Amino acid sequence: MLRVNILLLVLVVGCALGVITSQHQARKLFVELENEQDTAKKIAEEWTQLQLEQSTWATNKRVAAIAQSQLGMRLPDPSTTTVLTMEGAQP
Amino acid sequence: MKFEKRTPRFEKRTPELRLKLEGWRSRLVLVLAIGGFAVLLGRAFYLQALDHGFLQAKGEARYTRVIELPASRGPVKDRNGQLLAVSTAVESIWAIPDELDDVQDAKLRALAAALGENAAGIRQKIANKDRQFVYLKRQISPDQAAKVMALHVPGVFQQREFRRYYPAGEVMAHVVGFTGIEDNGQEGIELAAQRRLAGTPGSRKVIKDRRGRVVEDVESLRPPRDGQDVTLAIDQRLQFLAHRELRTAVETNHAKGGSAVIVDARTGEVLALVNQPDYNPNNRAMVTGRQTRNRSVTDVFEPGSTLKPFTIAAALDDGLVKPDTIIQTAPGKLTIGRATISDAHAHGALTVAQVIQKSSNIGTAKIQLMMPAKRMGTVYEELGFGAPPHTGFPGEARGLLRPWAHWRPIEQATMAYGQGIAVSLLQVARAYTVFTNGGVLLPLSLLRQDAPAIGKRIYSAETVVQVDRMMEMAVGREGTAPLAQVPGYRVAGKTGTAYKAERGGYDVHRYVASFVGFAPVSDPRFIVAVMLDEPSAGKHFGGDVSAPVFASVMGAALRMMSVPPDAPQTFNVQAGRAGSEG
Repeated sequence: MLRVNILLLVLVVGCALGVITSQHQARKLFVELENEQDTAKKIAEEWTQLQLEQSTWATNKRVAAIAQSQLGMRLPDPSTTTVLTMEGAQP
Repeated sequence: MKFEKRTPRFEKRTPELRLKLEGWRSRLVLVLAIGGFAVLLGRAFYLQALDHGFLQAKGEARYTRVIELPASRGPVKDRNGQLLAVSTAVESIWAIPDELDDVQDAKLRALAAALGENAAGIRQKIANKDRQFVYLKRQISPDQAAKVMALHVPGVFQQREFRRYYPAGEVMAHVVGFTGIEDNGQEGIELAAQRRLAGTPGSRKVIKDRRGRVVEDVESLRPPRDGQDVTLAIDQRLQFLAHRELRTAVETNHAKGGSAVIVDARTGEVLALVNQPDYNPNNRAMVTGRQTRNRSVTDVFEPGSTLKPFTIAAALDDGLVKPDTIIQTAPGKLTIGRATISDAHAHGALTVAQVIQKSSNIGTAKIQLMMPAKRMGTVYEELGFGAPPHTGFPGEARGLLRPWAHWRPIEQATMAYGQGIAVSLLQVARAYTVFTNGGVLLPLSLLRQDAPAIGKRIYSAETVVQVDRMMEMAVGREGTAPLAQVPGYRVAGKTGTAYKAERGGYDVHRYVASFVGFAPVSDPRFIVAVMLDEPSAGKHFGGDVSAPVFASVMGAALRMMSVPPDAPQTFNVQAGRAGSEG
């Protein structure tokens, strides 16, 4: 009888330790998950910021200014424009 | 000293113990003690077994925390997905003044430098020690905030917030609007679509360890819901074009203000909507109401001759006139009752088509008076005048249309050429959809539409073909607006030059010059409406002031969208002489 009791006690203590360990593991993993989620959030934020930056660089105003002043581009004159029509299609 | 007697000392000192007491008294104490324990046990049993939730909640409160989960506001995009308004995370730096008390001066200066403020300003902010919370600086970039927090000044904290940025700046300002510091829409689409754009912050319950790390998720109380996207009908490239051309025109003509609208002739979507003066929504320190007003939607003006085609179309529909019916407009004056209306130039006998081409007030008034007031009143109502256009934009003007039952003949006559009636530019642009859709009026939309709009028939298709032809003549060599021509395309449109209504009369030195037209006539794609308020650099006719804006905006739009030219032979055709009247 005593032996059985001792065996059960050892089992109970073992289980308790197991519970503690797995709980600890779970929490550690959870902290890691939280960190990764934070990173994901940060990356998403950076993404919006980059999108914002891109659209700021690509504003039509800036593109038009560079095209005209730096690249010397201009709209084609009607006199230098030739309209091509597909064969058989109405102009 | 020896112990002879075994009498306890305390018995000697406390004679009460030698008294013989009644037996019930000790039993009473025993019963009371047992009773007390029973109550305690009962309470313990109650707390542990019956009402265990209470203690558990108390226990949990020691280690669980409810975390707020912020939700971001949805972005506003143009029809091609370009960002027009977007929220990014920023940090606000706040402090508890009391805790900053014994911070050294050098550290405070470093803090001020990191914040980009001067130390005196910071010291002033934390001067009031009774306050528990004071913002040192709101909405700075996360990088800057990291530098500030790296100083480890006690009593200084950061708080995450969202800030709204508008990459397109003043080009989109009137359409998109802006939000206040609490992220609530205050103007434009930001206000109109507030419910859709706004996110709902969520919260969740977690277990935190000693170091403040979240170690376990208990439950998600409310998941955060980010705001939804809003996709506008606006095309950013067309908007930019219209904005640039309008600003140039307002500057060269010394106008007080102006508006331009581009509407998709097939769907009724508003592709561009610009106004002058404008403002930068990213920096609104000096912005006044004059700048933030979306004039094309909220302001009404007397449209002048741009309304003439509607009268002519109604008369054609009723079979009262034909395009070649002769109308006598000589001698350039017409008296109705006690009032006299006149043309800027006397034209003599004109065909109905020429009435539009030359923009004769008398001709249009005469045709208008062939119809009963009820007929024209109903047409104006059906065209949407006097009622908000229901685009969902805040502060839409209804315009002014007096009920037809009260019209006097002179009123009916002047309304034919757009005086005595007030409309917004958006309403005029919308009404012109009848001329690009075979007589069917389309609803306008500021949001991108995926399904075709359901319109309402106002005129017959045959009538519209005839009126379109007349409006094409108006931009021809002999018309009022040859400057509206776009090389390579057939263009139709109508000028408008109206006196400004002032306290019960008209100010004959102040004008509103407008032009509304569409192209290509063979298969209309765009309607462009331009309005300039008080041009005062010498020219004031719609054909001189607004038509060139129309031509450059329309030309660029047609090229940009690769619309095939429907009149390639008109390339190299020079604009004819300036027109006579608006």
